[in-house]
Amino acid sequence: MNAVLSFVSQVGQRSLQVVREVGYHAALMVEAFYWLLLGHWRRQPVRLGAVFKEAIGVGVNAIPIVALASFATGMMLAIQGIYTLRTFGAEGQVVLGISLSVTREFAPLITGIFVAGRSGSAIAARIGTMQISQEIDALRVIGINPVRYLVAPLLAAMLLTLPALTILSDLVALFGGALYCAGELSLPIGIFFDRVFEVLVVDDVIHGVLKSFIFAVIIVLIGAANGFNVNAGAEGVGGRQRARWCLGASASSSRIWYLHSLPAAKRLQH
Amino acid sequence: MPTTDLAIDVDHLVTHYGPRKILDDISFQARQGEIMVIMGGSGSGKSTLLRHLLGLHQPTSGSIKLLGKDITRLSADEMYDLRKNMGVAFQGGALFNSMTVGENVELPLREHTKLDENTMRIMSRMKLEVVNLAGFESLMPSELSGGMIKRAALARAIVMDPRLLFFDEPSAGLDPVVSAELDDLILILRDAMNMTIVVVTHELESAFKIADRITVLDQGRILMSDTVAAVRASDNPRIQSLLNRTPRNEAINPEEYMERLTREIS
Repeated sequence: MNAVLSFVSQVGQRSLQVVREVGYHAALMVEAFYWLLLGHWRRQPVRLGAVFKEAIGVGVNAIPIVALASFATGMMLAIQGIYTLRTFGAEGQVVLGISLSVTREFAPLITGIFVAGRSGSAIAARIGTMQISQEIDALRVIGINPVRYLVAPLLAAMLLTLPALTILSDLVALFGGALYCAGELSLPIGIFFDRVFEVLVVDDVIHGVLKSFIFAVIIVLIGAANGFNVNAGAEGVGGRQRARWCLGASASSSRIWYLHSLPAAKRLQH
Repeated sequence: MPTTDLAIDVDHLVTHYGPRKILDDISFQARQGEIMVIMGGSGSGKSTLLRHLLGLHQPTSGSIKLLGKDITRLSADEMYDLRKNMGVAFQGGALFNSMTVGENVELPLREHTKLDENTMRIMSRMKLEVVNLAGFESLMPSELSGGMIKRAALARAIVMDPRLLFFDEPSAGLDPVVSAELDDLILILRDAMNMTIVVVTHELESAFKIADRITVLDQGRILMSDTVAAVRASDNPRIQSLLNRTPRNEAINPEEYMERLTREIS
């Protein structure tokens, strides 16, 4: 009987914990957007300088790694695509496959995962050490809201740079695919891109960019929440794994939803 | 004591951390221009009391009036205005590691005033002069020694010329000479700027040197809140053991002891 009771109480406590965490993240998100939008009227504006500084840290400095990963992904898609389609003698269709999968799925996901890996844990570690060294308290007693000062500029920077990085990733991955096709199928790069632009509609790119907005919010929130909840020691590392896990989950859930509804699938049937 | 010149008025403050009661029925006052030292052993609740005085936590019950305003009932905007009149020097300094010493000292000015860049720089240099750190404004906090960090933190705390200054453990981790210098600095600040200064410490020597009045905390309760002479003359055994550095020998209650050991085991 006691075992059952303790099991029930454990389940209860876990559920409570989950609800509490979800609530905390939601409150953090609302507060960060609140300061971004209304800080100016509350005498605590989010400073543009801080936003640009963060944008360089989380966005511009991530260009090399995101470009490298996207290039490799584009190339591998081409390799696998040609290999598979050759069975049906339909290698020519590889351009369609690469264009759609890169713009709709791979570019936002790769960008999200690499930026989360670079910045998610860094955000948690930075806010966590500030929490331990009482810098967060110091901000509060000076009259500076820590969310406004630390989280809002990051969120703005991430919302600016992640979509831009996704579009960069689109281009680089397509270029990687084009290079391989040029070698394997003797398809000139110019022609490859002509066909890409024939196949793609604006909606495909926007779909990827919209995803990157969601990833931007997730990365910042999870990193910041992990940082603020540090009590002692270096617990912030968990932030990265959790951020990646969330990215994967949200990416696949949106993929399932789109498979059911979207014209992309229909276009593949032509 | 007339209530008008009270800078700090804490009334029946009770606070909890989770289910545990940390502060129990705390009441004390400090007048404008007074140096109040909050003293007590480790775990006596003095840090918790300080955090409540700073408005970092919400108490369970009771009120805390700073400069005549009850901070447990203030709106965020009113608190924001009150904070311009409060300066805090934290135990570890809590300087922002990503900024230079000068930028650290300028930060409150940058957030609360619309002064131009040069005025802010001059004001921050003036405060660094006060704490004998002139010429160090372009260094990073990691390049400073422990005593310099505390003094830089003090410069940041007084840059807005606050009427209330809180100082957490000024002598912790410093050698006797440096901590004596800090004590002198606190006295000079009070005389020059007529600040009300609250110092939290467990260093007896420093407490007796700077205090006008001392509040002694023990296990979340106030043992006494009185002048230095009265505290010295007190015959309360706990205060005497604090003053004479004798270890406490509390009798263990066997039933409570068993209850603690077997709690939540069935």
